Amino acid sequence: MSAPMSDINVDHLSAVRHVILVMSGKGGVGKSTVATQIALGLRHAGKKVGLLDVDLCGPSIPRMFNVHQQDIHQCSEGWLPVFVDKEQKLALMSIGFLVENEQDAIIWRGPKKTAMIKQFLKDVVWRDLDYLIIDTPPGTTDEHISAIENLKAYNPDGAILVTTPQAVSVGDVKREITFCRKTHIPVIGLIENMSGFVCPNCTECTNVFSKGGGQALAKEYHVPFLGCIPLDPELSKSCDEGKDFVEHYEGSPTLQAIQKVVDRLVKIDRDLP
Amino acid sequence: QIGVLDVDICGPSLPKIFGVEGEQVHQSGSGWSPVYVDDNLSLMSVGFLLSKADEAVIWRGPKKNGMIKQFLRDVDWGEIDYLLIDTPPGTSDEHLSIAQYLKESDVDGAIVITTPQEVALLDVRKEITFCRKVDLPIIGVVENMSSFVCPKCKVSTQIFPASTGGGQKMAEDMNVPFLGSLPLDPRIGKCCDEGKSFLTEVPDSPATQAYKQIMSKIVEYCTKRNENRESDSGEMKTN
Repeated sequence: MSAPMSDINVDHLSAVRHVILVMSGKGGVGKSTVATQIALGLRHAGKKVGLLDVDLCGPSIPRMFNVHQQDIHQCSEGWLPVFVDKEQKLALMSIGFLVENEQDAIIWRGPKKTAMIKQFLKDVVWRDLDYLIIDTPPGTTDEHISAIENLKAYNPDGAILVTTPQAVSVGDVKREITFCRKTHIPVIGLIENMSGFVCPNCTECTNVFSKGGGQALAKEYHVPFLGCIPLDPELSKSCDEGKDFVEHYEGSPTLQAIQKVVDRLVKIDRDLP
Repeated sequence: QIGVLDVDICGPSLPKIFGVEGEQVHQSGSGWSPVYVDDNLSLMSVGFLLSKADEAVIWRGPKKNGMIKQFLRDVDWGEIDYLLIDTPPGTSDEHLSIAQYLKESDVDGAIVITTPQEVALLDVRKEITFCRKVDLPIIGVVENMSSFVCPKCKVSTQIFPASTGGGQKMAEDMNVPFLGSLPLDPRIGKCCDEGKSFLTEVPDSPATQAYKQIMSKIVEYCTKRNENRESDSGEMKTN
């Protein structure tokens, strides 16, 4: 993974209108899934979107679009992202593309991770993007500190925080809110993911991971609440298969909840006529 | 006698799950005393060292490693049968440090947890690769959140479908033991939130049975390993 041979020192991030981080203090809450669905939703809304995966140890994004077999190509300006569609409206970058064998682990300590993230932010040729969505690993450590340090000059729009409803998750996400406040990253809002499951057989709704914790957290910390996203096995399957959930499951309450988040982000684009 | 060490420095959930959030760690001549959840169960976590519940631990790798080293060196566990170490997701500083610092301690092994979907298995295969690279034996794989039984109609659904065969197939493919599957029972999350023991509160849940089966496999593995260790040292003595 050597540095690209840039003839020109181009500031690629300056071509991006909105930078949004997807974060959580807790693992397994569905950050990558939410980041993916937001990216797909924004693309369906006609926006040009980039999705940057800075989860170096667990890079799930390429698989979620079924492009995990693809390679990264370099050009004189830097690294070219992988386009998911032939219209080139949705571009991805992930360390997943740079690893030959899917079983290979990235066993790096902080400094090496920090350097890779800096490279991702500086050297990827995004061209004009309406939105750059950045999927992060759980926590408040090297990857997050590095991402924010390198993004500060570009005035990111902020962070979307994802939690599941239960207190154990909310407890960690509180720390993520503290992190955002300390690093002066605005919190665009909080999503309560995996919020309820409707039995496909009898339509009884069960709160598998409790209910309401995310909403209460948003209220307690005065951050906007972006909504509850219920569990849908089809979403999990779509991510596994790299299928566009947004395109195939219009009637799903999960999709409707995601659409509300997308609509909120579209509103951020103040340059719209 | 069980000691539990929480090395998830950024997301220390165990104090809450064990119902001992807000407790204090005491220092004495013999080191840091862990917090006792029960007479035979103690816990150490960075969570006990935070001044506020929402305090963020915004540390880079080296500082996290320093904390982990201190935990391993300075906590006075007393005589314990098992030390369980809960790690954060990933294959980074915390994992490398634990593997490195414990190299001389003959770690019994790692239990690797996954959920059924391919997106999770993708990361867990890497974790298994990590274990192999650092010579950490793998006790086995546990598949969590396997299936959900509707409390009303009792029909079982896979909320996270095992589109590529789930934890069991992955374990087979990677040639590691499969310890079992844990179904999704909403009462597990509830007990964790309330700091109660699910196994005690809901003894008749299929999840409790599944947990017990997995635990007995782990105990069996550790007992066997102990016996092998003793017989090896016995052979060395006679030689």
